[in-house]
Formats: sequence, structure tokens, C-alpha cells
Amino acid sequence: MAKIDLYHTYLQMEKEDIILSFKGDITKDLLSSVYQIIEARMEVEHEDHKRKKKFYHVLVECLQNMYHHMESLQEHKGNLSPEQAGSAIFMIGKGAAGSYLIITGNFILTENADALRNKIDVINGMNAVELKSYYLEKLGSAELSDKGGAGLGIIDIARKSGNKIEYDFQNLLDNFSFFTLTATIN
Amino acid sequence: MENLILEGTNKTPAVTFLAGSGSLEISGKSIPENSFGFYQPLLQWLDEYAASPSAKSEVKIILEYFNTSSSKCLLDILRKLETIKKTGKGEVAILWHYEQEDEDMMEAGQDYNSLVDLPFQLIEI
Repeated sequence: MAKIDLYHTYLQMEKEDIILSFKGDITKDLLSSVYQIIEARMEVEHEDHKRKKKFYHVLVECLQNMYHHMESLQEHKGNLSPEQAGSAIFMIGKGAAGSYLIITGNFILTENADALRNKIDVINGMNAVELKSYYLEKLGSAELSDKGGAGLGIIDIARKSGNKIEYDFQNLLDNFSFFTLTATIN
Repeated sequence: MENLILEGTNKTPAVTFLAGSGSLEISGKSIPENSFGFYQPLLQWLDEYAASPSAKSEVKIILEYFNTSSSKCLLDILRKLETIKKTGKGEVAILWHYEQEDEDMMEAGQDYNSLVDLPFQLIEI
């Protein structure tokens, strides 16, 4: 690592209104700590109880979505370059008009990118009523999975945040893509 | 059969399943990464309970948060309870609690109510 001007980084994060950012291995313990930090922060900020719950709910889904991506990537880990292996990044901060932003970035197999893109596009094309019935349909029909919630997470992020999900895929060499997801809570 | 008692953690709810009285309660937060691991023993317990249940089962669900991975498991729990009613072995009442103004949790109760054939009572706390 080259020498970093940490004060510059601090100012940058302050300016961008970043509450928490992390890059590295995503473990269950890490996520527990993040939930605790955010809960404590909400207390300090005297955030509206209802909004706090919404934010917390979306946060859990976003981070666990990333966690499950990492988990399913484990078997292909040997093919990842050192800078990709086992790492992900996320940022939690404030956006325009006091909104909260949750941004996650992680590697996925490029062969899965189109399916994920389509899934989010379908969800983004739905209004609140459609999202609810889509969620119920998936909940009622999906098989019990030992991993995620059978694809319910993304629907729930859209439902609870009330905003479109922003995303980006960066195609990398060696069959991997970097997937970025942004959720906004007004 | 034995009761199932689990203490709550910061990611999993407290569980009090009393076979004799038919009083079943799940309360707290349910946000584990892999919910199946946590809910598996509950579902197994319910399989055994459903074979010879109490004449009346009162199921209290008092959740502050639950993630989508838990939502699937909660539905499976309700479906196991539904079999008690279907087989005529006993009555089952679901008491779904939600915090005042927590419309999402109230709606979740309504959602489950629409997916299973059991009487639901939505209770504001």
C-alpha cells in the first residue's frame, strides 16, 4: 500500500456523508457488528422510529444479498485473482434530502449477470401493488432454501425502500463481473 | 414430548414451544443469514407436535424484524400448524403482533393470513 493521506480520506468521507464503509471479507460476525453500529447511530440521531425500521430492514436485506453472493462464489474462489478473492465492499451513507443510501459491491460470475439484471429490471418495472403480489407469489411457491430467501431479497429491497434499485455490472476478465447495487431510503 | 425453549440472540428470536399447554411463542428479531439452520429444529418439533397436538394451540408471533430468508421459514411453520387444523386434531389460533405504526409488520401478518387457512388475530402492541 502506498502512503495514504488519511486526513484527505476523512474529509472526503465527511463530505460524502458516509456513515460506514468497509472492504474485505464479509462474515456473519461482521454483519452483526454493522447492525449494532447502525442501530446505535440511529439512537444517537433520534431517527424517526418508523423510518429507522425501514432503513434497518433494507440494510439487512442488502448486506445479506451480498453475503449470499459471496457464499455462492466460494466454490469458484480459486479462479479469482488475489484482489478479487473473498472481498466485497459496502458503504452506508446519507444522500439528498436526508435520504439513506446503501451501496454494496461484490463479484459474481459473469454467466449469472444477465439473469440478475433481468430480475432487477422486472422488479424495477413494478409498482407497489405489483411488488406485493409478486412477493407473495414467490413466498408461497418457492422451495425452502438453505441459503437465501429464494430470491425474495431483491423484491423486498424494492418494496421496503419504495425506490427503484440502481445497479451496475462491470465485466472483468476471467468470467467474473463486479456487481454494484444501490438502495435509497427516503 | 419435550418443550422447545430457545433464548433469543441479536439475530434469532426467542422460542417457547410448550407441548402440554399448546402455547407457542416466537419473539424478537429473526435476521440470520441462513434461516434454515435456525428453523430446522422448530419445524421438526412441530412435526412431532402436529401428530398429537393440544386441543387448542395458541401461537404468538411477536417479531420486531424478520428478513426474507426467515419469511420462508415462517410460512413453513404456519403450514405445519395448518395441518393440525386440516386433520381435525385441534384448533389453532395465530396471534400476530406488531408495534404501533409498524404498517409493514401488520401487512406481513395480513400476507400470511392470505397464504394459510388459519384464524389470525392482528394485535397492536
